[in-house]
Amino acid sequence: MSSMKDVNPRVLGIRDPVSLQSLAARITEQIAQGEQKPFQRVIDVSCGDPHRAGMPPLSFARQVLAVCLYPELLKESSFPVDVRQRAEKLLGACNGGSVGSYSASSCGIPQIQKSVAEFITRRDGGVASDPEDIIFSSGSQKTLKLVLHLLSSGQGPTQTGLLTPLPCPHTLPMLLDEVGVKLVPYQLLEERGWAIDLEELHRALKAARRHCEPRAIYISNPGNPTGHVQDLKTIEEVIRFAASERLVLLVEEVYQDSVFGQDKKFLSYKKVLFEMGASFSESVEMVSFHSISAGTMGECGLRGGYMEVINMDLLVKNFLTSMQGPSSPPVLPQLALEIMVNPPSPGDASYEVFTQEILQKVETLAQNAQRACEFLNAVPGMSCQPAMGGVFLYPRLHLPAEIIQEAQRSGLRADVLYCKKLLEEEGVCLGPGSENGHDDENYHIRLCISAPTAVLEDVLKRLRSFHLWIQDRHH
Amino acid sequence: MERQWRGKFPVNRRKPAVELGSGVRKSYREVIDVSWGDPHRAGVKPLSFVRQVLAACLYSELMDGDKLMVDVKQRAQRLLGTCAGGSVGSYCATAGIPQTLQSVSQYIMRRDGGVPCHPENIYISPGSQWALTNILKVLVNSEASPRTGVLIPVPCHSTTIISLTTLGAVAVPYYLREERGWALEMEELQRALDSAKGVCNPVALYMINPGNPAGYVQSRKSIQEVIRFAAEKKLFLLADEVFQDCVYGKESEFVSYKRALAEIGAPLSDSVELASFHTASKGLMGECGLRTGYVELVNLDPAVMKHINNLFSTNSCPILGQIALDVMVNPPQPGDPSYPLYLKVRHFYLPASLAQNVRRVEEVINSFPDFSCQPLEGGAFAFPRLFLPPKAIERAKEAGLQPDTFYCLRLLEEAGVLFSPGTEYGQKEGTYHIRFCIMTPSDTMEEILRRLSAFHEQFMKEFS
Repeated sequence: MSSMKDVNPRVLGIRDPVSLQSLAARITEQIAQGEQKPFQRVIDVSCGDPHRAGMPPLSFARQVLAVCLYPELLKESSFPVDVRQRAEKLLGACNGGSVGSYSASSCGIPQIQKSVAEFITRRDGGVASDPEDIIFSSGSQKTLKLVLHLLSSGQGPTQTGLLTPLPCPHTLPMLLDEVGVKLVPYQLLEERGWAIDLEELHRALKAARRHCEPRAIYISNPGNPTGHVQDLKTIEEVIRFAASERLVLLVEEVYQDSVFGQDKKFLSYKKVLFEMGASFSESVEMVSFHSISAGTMGECGLRGGYMEVINMDLLVKNFLTSMQGPSSPPVLPQLALEIMVNPPSPGDASYEVFTQEILQKVETLAQNAQRACEFLNAVPGMSCQPAMGGVFLYPRLHLPAEIIQEAQRSGLRADVLYCKKLLEEEGVCLGPGSENGHDDENYHIRLCISAPTAVLEDVLKRLRSFHLWIQDRHH
Repeated sequence: MERQWRGKFPVNRRKPAVELGSGVRKSYREVIDVSWGDPHRAGVKPLSFVRQVLAACLYSELMDGDKLMVDVKQRAQRLLGTCAGGSVGSYCATAGIPQTLQSVSQYIMRRDGGVPCHPENIYISPGSQWALTNILKVLVNSEASPRTGVLIPVPCHSTTIISLTTLGAVAVPYYLREERGWALEMEELQRALDSAKGVCNPVALYMINPGNPAGYVQSRKSIQEVIRFAAEKKLFLLADEVFQDCVYGKESEFVSYKRALAEIGAPLSDSVELASFHTASKGLMGECGLRTGYVELVNLDPAVMKHINNLFSTNSCPILGQIALDVMVNPPQPGDPSYPLYLKVRHFYLPASLAQNVRRVEEVINSFPDFSCQPLEGGAFAFPRLFLPPKAIERAKEAGLQPDTFYCLRLLEEAGVLFSPGTEYGQKEGTYHIRFCIMTPSDTMEEILRRLSAFHEQFMKEFS
């Protein structure tokens, strides 16, 4: 190989990551080495990583997983009886009774596929889900990649395009680069809490068709990073749109258990699809994604997710499952998924504690969302739409001209420069809206609000202090 | 893309069990599945120390009281300290947890007798195949004409072949010489390279050492020959060394490609590009389900490394696997409370059991005139050759099956033992093989050999 010219152009085309997390890690290391900084520690809330911020894991999940890892603990009486029973059941589903075995099939452990299918059926008020349609992988991004690989083809005007919300999850643009799919943005309406605008969908699609072949539309609901929760009318409109334009729906619903806005409810695209009657429910192709990284589980480091494929041609589905072949999904996260879809029931020994923990998390999230939104809206030069769900806030920033010019001189986007300075001055790591697709003067930042309230308070104060300072310096 | 053998089976594997349940008489109680390189599936128990550390990292309350030994607690605490927010549920940096990368690089240095190893050249990934696929992605341009070629051994394990096909690369086979213990001959490499002319543009040479499915361990001399060949022909070396901890041949020694390269000295040691792969799935730890491996990159252009970094950053690494990896490269030491049990299992029981299996497999298989097995030196598998009678081959063709697939299907149905057919891995035209995992408890292996022998005699008689 030896040189750049021999490297696969597709790999060269993957955009450079912003790398603020690496800078945050470096600064943390420097502090550990004793270097003096204007702050005691770095707080990184740029990603949806609640444990990093200090949110505790769910006890029941961790206990069960610990026993599964070290089955000697089945004899440990200090563990609640339902923990031990669940671990025993899950170990029974593993080959050789060990989480160290490969999964029985490349899609995952059959009993767990069944559990997930049952969960989906319950969630959707009886709309049936087939275990054969459930495919596990090490995270929702991985499952998304598998599907995109299938869709990806062509070059130039024939290149596959994906209608993508603007703003979108910050990991999505690089992923699309990697699979060679063109990102076709459709703007969400900030003034309406980042709602979807049907006219905008049409506009984006029409414009896209001039220079690529859009074949799918990506939906994030509850929205990442927007926090918007879609209502029934919107979902129906989007489904009709996808149906008439023959677009595959890729619906990321990883925050479905984190809805806290008043009078807001999570509606699954699948349920709505099936309530629209056979002409839709039997033909619209859809893939929905869920994960243990998000919501109340927050187990990002365990790497587990699944997708449900709906109305996919059987031959195509077979292809999809055989593509997964070489990288069998990890076992432990599938067990975690099983716990996520089958929590303790009333009467179980762990039920009370479990329910308490969940309630606390959702309450904290709701309080944080409200508090942070009010706080930021009161900061001159900032405005923030309220979040109804999910784990992020996505405020808009007014940046002084000098910052924008300085950014241009350094070859950075202004919001990236802002976040870099914020990190260096205040030790707070947020995400620049550029990563979420905002590449014009519409500067935004994203912050994860799934954190202990005190940590969030700290972040907000430092952010305000920094923002006022920045504006002050340049007036 | 051909449906993999394993993929055919979830249905068939259930079949004997269903028949067992429905009262149809079979000569066996349950199916023994050794078609995977999955020791736990076969009944081998995991190493306690690893599992205790993992459990403690998941649920730190376990460290209260005396349930766990002191060194387990210390290790878990240290490792939790390297996780963001002190939780295995957090994301980590692109290449992996920095302290784990350090541990791995030190392990590599020790293994290679002091050859330097830099943590920045290591990427931890969810399984070695994942890392291999990523490196292949960098090398293979699916839009190029002529297409990118990669030299691969015959036989070769099927997952790599699938990865290559998915990426749109051309697999250029070079045949290992079975009769010489699956030796790699330079003339054969040259022939393979020549065969690529006009067909594709070969950019890389992939080797598996110790072998899979064939159980060879490459000699230092052979490795150095390969390195020189790659240097001369400007091929990128991909060294799949996931079984490096699984060497049992009496005359065999694992020498890493990296070490052999360093020993050759400049200028080759500073210029030959090499990627070597390892994993927590194989060897005596056998934690396949945890999905963790790593790749070490040697002599790559820094500009290229930057792009590799971007590629790896589109995915996150499982934390628990990295903890297992840390234990693998830093096992309990003499003086640690967990050391005695670890020593007993890892250095006595498991190797003894494996050595016994190897001895018995070679003995039993070689006792048949129409069955032969090259000496097993390393890895997790036996890959014996079947000399099938023409009638059996004929019957297989009638059924639309490859002869070794036919044999394996019959073996499953009649003896309740699941092997995989040589067809899956590639073999010289007109030869037939079967592969099975030999990392099983010794009594399981005895049972497998008993059933295999009985079946084999019967089968050969039927088609004589």
